[in-house]
Amino acid sequence: MQVKVKLFATFRKGRFKEAVFEYPEGTRVRDVIEELKIPLKELGIVFINGKDASLDAELKEGDVLSIFPLVGGG
Amino acid sequence: MYGWMGKVLRVNLTSGTITKEDLNPELLHNYIGARGLGTKIFCDEVDPKVEPLSEENKVIFMTGPLTGTLASSGSRYNVVTKGVLNGTIAASNSGGSFGPELKYAGYDGVIIEGKAKEPVYLWINDEHVELRSASHLWGADVVTTVDTIKGETDEEAKVACIGPAGENLVKFACIMNEYNRAAGRSGVGAVLGFKQLKAIAVRGTGGIKVADREGFKNAALDARKKLKEHPVTGSGLAAYGTNVLINILNEHGGLPVKNFSEAAVFPNAEKISGEYQAEKYLVRNKGCFGCSIACGRVTRIKEGPFKSLGEGPEYEATWAFGANLGIDDFEAISKANFLCNELGLDPITMGGTLACAVEMVQKGIIPRDKADLNWGDGAMLVEMVRKTAYREGFGDELAEGSYRLAEKYGHPEFSMTVKKQELPAYDPRGQQGIGLEYATSNRGGCHVRGYMTSPEVLGVPEKVDPDATEGKPELLKLFQDLTALVDSAGICLFTTFGIGLPEIAEQLRTATGLNISDEEYLKAGERIWNLERLFNLKAGFSKKDDTLPERLLKEPMKGGPHAGNVVKLDIMLPIYYQVRGWDENGVPTEEKLKELGLA
Repeated sequence: MQVKVKLFATFRKGRFKEAVFEYPEGTRVRDVIEELKIPLKELGIVFINGKDASLDAELKEGDVLSIFPLVGGG
Repeated sequence: MYGWMGKVLRVNLTSGTITKEDLNPELLHNYIGARGLGTKIFCDEVDPKVEPLSEENKVIFMTGPLTGTLASSGSRYNVVTKGVLNGTIAASNSGGSFGPELKYAGYDGVIIEGKAKEPVYLWINDEHVELRSASHLWGADVVTTVDTIKGETDEEAKVACIGPAGENLVKFACIMNEYNRAAGRSGVGAVLGFKQLKAIAVRGTGGIKVADREGFKNAALDARKKLKEHPVTGSGLAAYGTNVLINILNEHGGLPVKNFSEAAVFPNAEKISGEYQAEKYLVRNKGCFGCSIACGRVTRIKEGPFKSLGEGPEYEATWAFGANLGIDDFEAISKANFLCNELGLDPITMGGTLACAVEMVQKGIIPRDKADLNWGDGAMLVEMVRKTAYREGFGDELAEGSYRLAEKYGHPEFSMTVKKQELPAYDPRGQQGIGLEYATSNRGGCHVRGYMTSPEVLGVPEKVDPDATEGKPELLKLFQDLTALVDSAGICLFTTFGIGLPEIAEQLRTATGLNISDEEYLKAGERIWNLERLFNLKAGFSKKDDTLPERLLKEPMKGGPHAGNVVKLDIMLPIYYQVRGWDENGVPTEEKLKELGLA
């Protein structure tokens, strides 16, 4: 299945902004984050299609996965 | 006196008299400083029904006990007055170095009364204080004003001033200090313009005594260490500034587009994002006095029609001039933001008012021969900012803010305001709690009176479901009370991304010697919130004003992750009143007032 992965802020350094990957069925958010070597302690927000997602959420064909470090502003 | 200087200046512009007064310690203990203390003094001295642009309205500049100390990000001062934009109690908050310098000169604050016969500025040089003519500065922009006054006084002086927008009584004119920091909202600059007070310049060479030197040093360094270690305050805000939020709110589906008329997802968000700004335009980051976070941006547009150099744009301005106007040209957005700094305008209300005007032009409500406005037009934006500051042509109508503009054309529903103040950069159909925050903010449409985006979207300190209503009134009350305390202490609200009530209270205790519990400090925040509420009720506001634009309550979000949502204010508001100890009409009960010492 194809999933679009979008990275933001510091997570882009040495990686990418946005890319479409082919993953086997049953792939979870945690698997993607591990593959991208994003340290869990730096992880802030994870959205699947704009909705909050847990590390154990399973990805589906056509999902957009957005991964952010902890950030603030206002 | 420790932490506090214990003195304020009272300046009567009508008579030209300047007096120095001692502050009552009881007031300090109950209202802390800055926003709280300024509001208390204002409420004691000014009739809530006063006309904002009148000799009787006052303007109080007030610092907090942590302002100018070693405390983390202790740069803040507040300007308290009855706001011109909407007539609520206005406390407009700014950083930079002006607040600390005022304390080094020996004063917690300055109370401005009356109206000068001709333009003046106030020069505070330690104990020597005088009013000087500002006739030669009337009409000058912020940079010229600051530079000229420094030349006439002291190169080290810190200057807070108004630009042409304040002089021209633009209803959302701000007060600028050190060129680029702003007491931005509620139109506080227009009150100074009316009073013909162009600026306050201050030079202070004294220090601030603290109650427990060793204890305070430890408390301040502990807070600083925690801020350094936290990913938001330690590295994130320095790297990308507040504008890092553009992509987040966009992915979340809460970045308002075209006056909140479309799905809150802006197709070209990346082109106005903090990441894009950092990659293409950022010169360096910049901090206020004593700040280790340093979220400020110095941005340069190297060439083209919008060639310029300045500070910002922050997230709010980038949204107001970007997604909210359908503009994806970061260079035009930056130029418009720099112009706001130079002319003294609040970019949130400027962008919100212009978006309202564009929508009404598109709908044929405002005739095109009056204003030929379209979405996505960066050159138009820059031109309209300038025209608004000088009240030229259609700018004269924009200068009144979106509510008066939309009402004039018979369609107030297109004004995206609460209590006539424009909403900031979060569509509340994507996060219920911020909808309740907007509706209940004591100064109208505002995001920094209890920043619910932090838990609802950013997950700081922890994540809550943005679409849920349960628990939001309780959480909002806590955030509102804590924010009132932070604003009154004189430190920056952004510290609360990394530290909480225990660290803030410990800094206050050791600095001032006011040895009360964390809970009692938080109670001071609640007291301040209720005092502001009482002022607004006496000024004529009521339950019917604790609401949102109809669009957010009745028009379901048109797309994105929160498609179909409206704000369920009818569910949250009655619970909020209960949680606050207010009656069903939003009036604080006698019992609550007694508990807070306000009866």
